[in-house]
Formats: sequence, structure tokens, C-alpha cells
Amino acid sequence: MARMKSRGSQLLLPLSVLVILIVINVIKGVNYFDISIINGALYGNIPNVLYGASELVILAIGMTLVTSASGSQDLSVGVAATMTSAVFVWVLLSAGGITWWTILAAFLVSCVVGIAIGSFNGALVATLNVQPIVATLIVFTVGRSIAFLIDGKLSPIMTSNLTYEIGNSIPGVPVATPIILTVIFVALFAVLLKTTNLKLYSQAVGINQRAARLNGINPVRIKLLAFMIMGVCTAVAGFIAVTKAGRHDSYNLLKNIEMDAILAVAIGGNSLYGGKFSITGTIIGAYTIEVLDRTLLRLDVPTQALNAFKAVFIIILMVIASPAVREFAGNGTNWVRARLGGAARIQTALGEEAVAVPKSDSSAKKEA
Amino acid sequence: MNTMKRRERVSDSNLLFAIAAVIFVLMYGFGILTHGHDFLQAQTFFDLFNLNAALIILTLGESIVMIGGSIDVAIGQVTGLVTVSCAVFLQSGTGSVGGAMLLALGIGIAFGLLQGFLVAYLKIQPFIITLAGMFLASGLMTTIHENPINVTMPDFLHLMNFQIVIPWLGTMNRNGRFIPLTINPATLVVLVLIIVLVILMNWSRFGRNLYAVGGNYQSALMLGINVKRTRFYSHVLCGLLSGIAGFVFIMTTGAGNVANAYGFNIKAIAGSIIGGTLLIGGVGNLIGSPFGALTLLTINELIRAAGINSDFQPIASGILLCIFIVLQNVVLRLRGTNSFKLALPGWLLPARRAR
Repeated sequence: MARMKSRGSQLLLPLSVLVILIVINVIKGVNYFDISIINGALYGNIPNVLYGASELVILAIGMTLVTSASGSQDLSVGVAATMTSAVFVWVLLSAGGITWWTILAAFLVSCVVGIAIGSFNGALVATLNVQPIVATLIVFTVGRSIAFLIDGKLSPIMTSNLTYEIGNSIPGVPVATPIILTVIFVALFAVLLKTTNLKLYSQAVGINQRAARLNGINPVRIKLLAFMIMGVCTAVAGFIAVTKAGRHDSYNLLKNIEMDAILAVAIGGNSLYGGKFSITGTIIGAYTIEVLDRTLLRLDVPTQALNAFKAVFIIILMVIASPAVREFAGNGTNWVRARLGGAARIQTALGEEAVAVPKSDSSAKKEA
Repeated sequence: MNTMKRRERVSDSNLLFAIAAVIFVLMYGFGILTHGHDFLQAQTFFDLFNLNAALIILTLGESIVMIGGSIDVAIGQVTGLVTVSCAVFLQSGTGSVGGAMLLALGIGIAFGLLQGFLVAYLKIQPFIITLAGMFLASGLMTTIHENPINVTMPDFLHLMNFQIVIPWLGTMNRNGRFIPLTINPATLVVLVLIIVLVILMNWSRFGRNLYAVGGNYQSALMLGINVKRTRFYSHVLCGLLSGIAGFVFIMTTGAGNVANAYGFNIKAIAGSIIGGTLLIGGVGNLIGSPFGALTLLTINELIRAAGINSDFQPIASGILLCIFIVLQNVVLRLRGTNSFKLALPGWLLPARRAR
């Protein structure tokens, strides 16, 4: 019962934000939910949000796990995804023809590269106890230059129907392919969390590393594993991003997405200092950010001022969710409750006092 | 200087500072060995200050916030915002240099007040709040003026071109003419700020309180330190420093641009870490921070002097960053496992020199 309640209150924040944003959108124009079918594919605001947020959702899921296990964030996700997608494009273009098999092979190679980057970060964090933000700063500094070296500064273009179909939509299927891939990824991740002890272990390590160690959990291994899973997430996100764009632009691909991913974790109601987490909250948080971006565009905010409006929104959101304001609100609701159920409370309080009186008397006598 | 410190028990802060200083000296020594002519000139050394004063000031501010156990990722964008607003103000016709200085300080302090209040009193995670501050600053920047704007105001140009000439320090150029050493006012600002802030952090009540708050928040609270106010002041101070850095930046380049100081937030964090400040707070030495920033800059200078393709520059600095981080943690860990009285085991010294 208590667990249900706490989970509900964690999801309250992202859900209420999402609802507020959608209400704003509906006020702006009632046709917000309209979905039309053009050439057999769905078009509309909701499919656009789902399409646009696919990489962010995947990266935010990995970020949640890293945050939970290590108590800090991975700054290198966007850059790492750029590197893995550079490898993907390089393998794909040097393999000769673009077929399903070469795409699969290139994707697997990019996954291996992602895991390698993740293990590098994870090794620094887990075995050398470097702060994750600092450790991932290395890949953050180096990554885009290496991506430039891999793609030869040419921003190679993939001219193939297959990659176009992966990045946009397959003829005959109404839902865009990145949405399907995201759903598959989320389902696989959910299965992973349900069937293994990963969630329990990473939460245990995040809450108290020493206690976890005494209970037979190896914190080094769990942290390393979290970063390696993050590596797989970056590979998948890079794959989706590069097929969406159709060409590999080392400089602009997934730029600044690490900030959005961290924000998604925070909006999802997770602590950024590690411990308990809710993947559902993170996913809602990621879609909330995408809805926010599109809402600002829909409200005709000038593009130069987009970031400022976004910042004001985030600040208001974090103030509402902050511990101090929550405490204040909690006191307020208690006060209201006390007023409403005043009579009953006072009676129980009197009863407690009546029990307490003889005790205090006896202690006073002892002292005397 | 370092041998004196090693004899007694060295605190973590001083040990990390010593590592940073040694690394910088090694770095510069390497430069002298390989490109003797360039690096032996005093002008090369002072140009590190002349051209990068803003980054060094930002590193100082970042270190102060990090010592307090918080973090500020907005400083780069705030600096950019200051340069753009100062440029627009100076070019508007009604502006004056003094007014621009006040504007710069005002913007910096405003960001410091906002972020400090939210972080210290409302206890919101500093990373998220300063991230929002970064978005806010970059949004305001593009709203004010999107294109680069050159300042052509005579008073300002006079200030910008003002240089302090030290005639007895200088070099002969290839034609045999003697060129005296020149120092920008920005360098003086940096040096004064370093002295003032080191005194503030080491001998003032605020500085000592900040170390306590960063080291252990609960213990500091138990000691009766006003933890919230201390952390609040650290953010305000950092904001003020980013305002100063913004003015120094525009004094160096003479233009307001949206891309100004882009990426300085990450560079400042990296500089602070190389300089021996730990992200967990409570450990750090403010003299180390400029050394950290200078180390990063010397790496770039070395790469430039060696004529390496600029594509490799981030890779080289990333690899060196990696080495420093690993080195710091290894030294701290070795120290933790050995007897507490030993500052550094003797066999570690040659190994460190060898690197």
C-alpha cells in the first residue's frame, strides 16, 4: 500500500506537467489531437512527438540506470552516440551494398563500439572511483573529433531506400519506424528489469554502496554493467538519429542531448543522487520535454527566445517540485486536514495526554 | 617550494595543488625543451594570461562553487550574455564604458542571486538549476542580438588597446630589434582577483565556512555554520566573477558574439579538476585552479607550436585530461591505504616525475 502510494506520488509530477502542457496546446487549437493519414502513414502532433523523442527516450532510460547505480550522470551520451553512428555509417558504406544484412552487421559493430565506450567510462567510475561527470568529460572532449576522423570530415550520405525506411517509415506500415524501434527497445528493457535483479542491485548500490557490498553485491560490477548498458543505449540512439537524418553530421548530430536526457531523469521524479528510480517516470519525462519544445514552437515563440522560455519553464517546474516547497505544501495540507477533522484529532490527542500524565508524575516523583 | 610541503603532513588540497603545479611546470619545461625559442620568451607566458583571462577568471569562480559542494554549468553562457549585452549597450550611442562595467557586474550578480537562491534555500539540485540558467542565458543572448557585433566606440577602443609596457623584459626579434613585453589590463585583473580570492578562501570566515559546508554539510550545520547562506554567497560570488569575465572577454576581443565563451563551462570545470578541486566538495586550492586552466592552455599552445592539425587538439587534451584524472585518483588512493603520517611514499616521487 505504502509502496503504491510512493510510486504514485513520483509519477504525479511528470504526469501533471504533461497534462498542463497538453491543456495549453488544446487551448491554443482544438485540433491538437487530429491525426490524418497521408500515403498510408500517420501524421499529426502526437505521432510527431513520439517520432521526435525516440532517441531522447532511449538515452534517458540508460541515463536513469547510470544515475541510479553511480549517483551521478553521464555527460558523454550525445558524443558517444555520434561516435557509434559514425562507426555504423563507416561499416555500412565500406561493406559495399546496403542490404538488411549489412545494416544489421554495422549496427552490431556500432553496439560493440558503444559497449567499449561505456566500459571505458565505467572502468574509470567503478574501479578508480572517479566522479562520473568528470570521467565522462574525457569522452565528451574527445568524441566529436574522433567521429570526424572516422567519417573523414565528409559527413557521408546514405542513399538507400532501406535506411530511409528505418529512419522514416516503411510503406504499408502506418507508424513511423523509429517509434516501433523505441517501443521494442522499451519492451526489451522492461523484460530485462522484470526478469533480472538488475534494478534491485543498482538501487542497492546507489543508496549505500558499502551496505550493498556487505550484502554480497559487487558495486564495481554493477556500476560497470550500468555504463555498458548505457553504451548499448547510445548505439541504438545513434543508429536511429543517423537513419533519421540520412547523413552523418559529426558536428551537429544529437548536440546537447545529454542535458535533455538528464532533465528527463529529473522531471521523471528520480533523484539525481542515485538510488530508487522509475523508468516509467523517465519515459514520461522524456516525452514531456519533447512536448514542451513543440508547444513553444506551436505558441509562436520566436526561435531565438526558445531556450529562455524553456529555462523559465524548467525553473518553475523545479521550484514546485523542490523539497522546501513540498514541505511547505505538506504543512499546508496538514493544517487543512487538522481543521477539517479537528474534533476527532483533538479527542485522540487528549486521550494520549491522559495516558502520558501518570508517567510524568512517576518520573517527577523519582527525581524528588 | 614543493619539498617544504612534503616534509609535514600535507592536506588533500595542497597535495592536489602540488600535483597540478608540477604538471604545469613539466608541461612548460617540455615546451621549452622542444620549442625552446618560443617558450623561453616572457611574452609567450604572459600571452597565456593576456588572451585567456576570461577562462582563468571563470575557473576561479567554478572552483569556489565546487569547493562548496555545488556546481555551476551556466558560467560560459552567462559570460557570452554579458559580452553581447555590453556590446549592444556600447554601440547603442547612449552607452559609456563605466555603464557597461556596471551592466556586466549586474548581469553576473543577477544570475548568481537567482541560482544561489534556488540551490541553497530551495535545495534544488544545482546541476539542473544551472543547466536552466545556461538555457536562459543562451536564449536571452540570441534574443538580444543574433549576429556578431563589433564595438567601435572610441572610449572603449582606447581601453581595449591600452597596454602596459614593461621595457626591461622583452625579446629580440629576428631582425635584431628589441620588442618590450606588453601586458593587457585583463592580466592585471586576473592577478588581483587571484590574490583577493586566495585571501578570501584561506583566511576569511566565509572561505573557511565554505570548505566546511562542502566537506560535510551535516557537520557544518552542527557546528553552527549558516550553511544555506554560505552556499548562497558562493553562487553569488561565482556569478559576479562570470560578469567580470564577460567584461574582460569583450575587452580582449572587442566584439559581442553569441558564440563567445561557448564551451567555457566545461573547460572551467576541467581546469578546476586538473587544478586539484574535487567535485564532491570541500577539497581544493584556489592557487591550483589557474594552474589547471594554464595547463589546459599550455597543451593547446604546445600543439599549436608543434604544428599539429587542429583536429587532433581536442583528442590530445582529452588524453591528457584522462591521465591527470587517473593520476589524481591513484595518488589519493595510495595515500589512503598507507600510514596516515606519510604524506607521500618515497618511491612514488620518481614514478611521478617520470610521467
